Amino acid sequence: MTIPRGGPTPETELTDILARHHGDPHRLLQVLREIQEAHQRISPQAATHVAKSLGVPLARVWGVIGFYAFLTSKPWGRYRVLFSDNITDRMLGNKKLLIALCEKLWVEKGRMSEDGLVSVDTTSCTGLCDQGPAILVNGRAIPSVTPARLDRVAELILAQTPMEAWPAELFVIEDNIRRKDILLGHDLRPGDALRAAIARVCVPGSAVEAAANERSWREGIPSVALCAALSVLEEIKRSNLRGRGGAGFTTGMKWEACRNAPGKDRFVVCNADEGEPGTFKDRVLLGAYADLVFEGMTVCAYAIGANHGFVYLRGEYRFLLEPLNAVLGRRRADGLLGRRILGQDGFDFDIEIHLGAGAYVCGEESALIESLEGKRGVPRNRPPYPVTHGYLQKPTTVNNVETFCAAALIAKHGSNWYRAIGTAKSAGTKLLSVAGDCARPGIYEYPFGTQICQVLEDCGAENTLAVQISGPSGVCIDASEFDRRIAFEDLPTAGAFTVFDSSRDMFEVARNYAHFFAHESCGFCTPCRVGTALLKSTLDKIAEGHGTLYDLAEIEKLDKVLHQSAHCGLGHTACNPTLDTLKRFRPMYERRLKSLEFEPAFDLDGALAKARQMTGRDDAGAHLSLESES
Amino acid sequence: MSEHATFLLDGEAVPFVPGQTLIQAALSAGHYIPHLCYHPEFKPHGSCKVCTVKVNGRTAASCTLPAQSGMVVESDTDEVNDLRRTLVQMLFAEGNHFCPSCEKSGNCTLQALGYDLGVMTAGFRHFFPDRPVDASHPDILLDFNRCILCELCVRASCEVDDKCVFALSGRGLSKHLVVNAESGLLADTDIALTDKAMEVCPVGVILKKRVGFAQPIGRRRYDPEPISAQALRDAPRAPSGAGHCAACEVEE
Repeated sequence: MTIPRGGPTPETELTDILARHHGDPHRLLQVLREIQEAHQRISPQAATHVAKSLGVPLARVWGVIGFYAFLTSKPWGRYRVLFSDNITDRMLGNKKLLIALCEKLWVEKGRMSEDGLVSVDTTSCTGLCDQGPAILVNGRAIPSVTPARLDRVAELILAQTPMEAWPAELFVIEDNIRRKDILLGHDLRPGDALRAAIARVCVPGSAVEAAANERSWREGIPSVALCAALSVLEEIKRSNLRGRGGAGFTTGMKWEACRNAPGKDRFVVCNADEGEPGTFKDRVLLGAYADLVFEGMTVCAYAIGANHGFVYLRGEYRFLLEPLNAVLGRRRADGLLGRRILGQDGFDFDIEIHLGAGAYVCGEESALIESLEGKRGVPRNRPPYPVTHGYLQKPTTVNNVETFCAAALIAKHGSNWYRAIGTAKSAGTKLLSVAGDCARPGIYEYPFGTQICQVLEDCGAENTLAVQISGPSGVCIDASEFDRRIAFEDLPTAGAFTVFDSSRDMFEVARNYAHFFAHESCGFCTPCRVGTALLKSTLDKIAEGHGTLYDLAEIEKLDKVLHQSAHCGLGHTACNPTLDTLKRFRPMYERRLKSLEFEPAFDLDGALAKARQMTGRDDAGAHLSLESES
Repeated sequence: MSEHATFLLDGEAVPFVPGQTLIQAALSAGHYIPHLCYHPEFKPHGSCKVCTVKVNGRTAASCTLPAQSGMVVESDTDEVNDLRRTLVQMLFAEGNHFCPSCEKSGNCTLQALGYDLGVMTAGFRHFFPDRPVDASHPDILLDFNRCILCELCVRASCEVDDKCVFALSGRGLSKHLVVNAESGLLADTDIALTDKAMEVCPVGVILKKRVGFAQPIGRRRYDPEPISAQALRDAPRAPSGAGHCAACEVEE
């Protein structure tokens, strides 16, 4: 075993972290994240130690560290300040604040200060768009940054005050719940939905009863218990509940496929990697409705016969870890988690929280599972799908936070009650994360079928130019479409609802999103790795005034390549914000083009300057003809 | 599924055995589909996307898609070849590929594919990334400028050599190859000239020192015949490795 030689990681602490994770290689990411949190870096010696202890190649450890934005092997300084760089943060002036902080701390963006004290940089949306601009300091979220609050942060850093001693009021995060419906206004007490689930009985002579009797023998479960589990499954199916993470897959079908998949161990995974810029509803659900989330997961476990659950919590929501673990502890004490839940033989289920470390692509369910297994979060080849080959290649149900909440409500109140809400094709309600140019940003819950104009009115949006529905991977709509509805059959959404008023430049919105996708591409497949970078550089070229019509055509070509060949949804949708805004706000692009004809990306004559200098010439013959420019 | 199961590839019936992916079945039956990161000796990986085909009207990577009876697959069409050409141009744009001075020239899969697919222009503005070489090893040079991130060396070193000398780190455009040493240098790994990982690089990243430019122009691999005429000779082959490395892929 290599003992870290005077490195920043004391060996005992490292040993403790490794012991806490039982030397399990699937815990590699969790181990690295904890080392990072304790020491603000993972030194090469620590990485070697981890590799040896977990029995994984060191190169693999480098690979994981390099994949996640919140992990580093090179020092970043004792304090690392990351400015959330979503378009909403931009609109609230985060750039100016970043420059001001850099000047105050005498540091250049993206580089550690000479004394190793601090570094300042940007990061992808941190899910605090309703109270931006937001920053993370050593992973801890600080919302509503004003020049005064930022001065406070700078002083604390310069005084080298340990993070634990920073004033608590800096870290206060509001829920900003503006409109409640069945979910946010629910009256379930912990355990209600589970008790209702367990109490379900089969309708005599029904297909569910026949299935339960037939399986009872095969699965070795008493037919009464199986009857209840399969009835819950049936209720979820009948409710028409569809996934709330964006794709909208029918939840009941997913659960059933997982239950029917061969294999003994099954897993329930809650996707709390809420990375889509502009969405923050899961933050509020996990903060204020954690019981409902866990209740829904436990209902799922009961229905599909799973014994182990994970919440994959995005690293930006690190502040939720302790409160969530406290709720889990209370539920265990109350017999709602653990062995023999509510006294039911064979109903054993527990939940564990895994943290992400800054990777949007891990919101894709198969990438999330890779990350849960401690690897780089690269989406898998499908088929097979997670319902049959998920975590550790075992049957796994992955659902969004909000989906589990809805499932708990359905388990209690039944499918008829649920189906009656919303539209024929979109049952129930949807949480929207409203932010941007409006008077009252926050969480709004509406029945499906609600018109965009209704939301705009309720949130106090005026002179609205455009709304980005479901974040950059969703759609951008303009005023002519505000009568459209939030529904799977019209405007499906994962929840982000970002409002832009007439003072905004939609080209800059698209450019911000293009930078986001290039930053978050996992780099696995050629089209996305190179295509998102090309899109970014093309929009930068237009922004710098070197763009031409040719570039606009190039964007459409890139879009086609990405749609045809990208490995996952990130690549498929990467060009959407650009094409949406190009279609609706073309003048905002065209007025930036240097000419509507071809324009070279660089100054041809300027490129000859070095040759002129070397040859000592500066006559007309040493310059490119400028005649054609007139 | 019966042993006579077939799918249609550009109008011709191609037989397959259950479990085979499209490209495996196609190559076995003597049909070439352009590919880069796919290698018959390793588990398909699906990252370069050059082998993309149209299956029942939808595009998919043929190296990872399991063949199914009755599939209608289009491969040698203008639309699909256009896509492949663009993908190859993207790979050229991403790294630093200077064929005339590269000792892999003439034996390089990327270059050969470029010729065969008719890549006549750069297509995109090149990124010209800064990628220092690793010349630390006495016998082996790593020139990362040419890396196309196909992971063949990663797979060979793990699956066949059981060493895991290589892995990928970073993400997006800054994804890059790393080696299994605390110093980050190849000299401190246990790579050997006899390793499978030394043979598989399709481009000029992993090179034996002091043997460059051994074959004169005209006698290099892709001088006499284009890659499409040669690829079938190499495929299919039985996997040479046991396909295991306890530490690597925990799955399966």
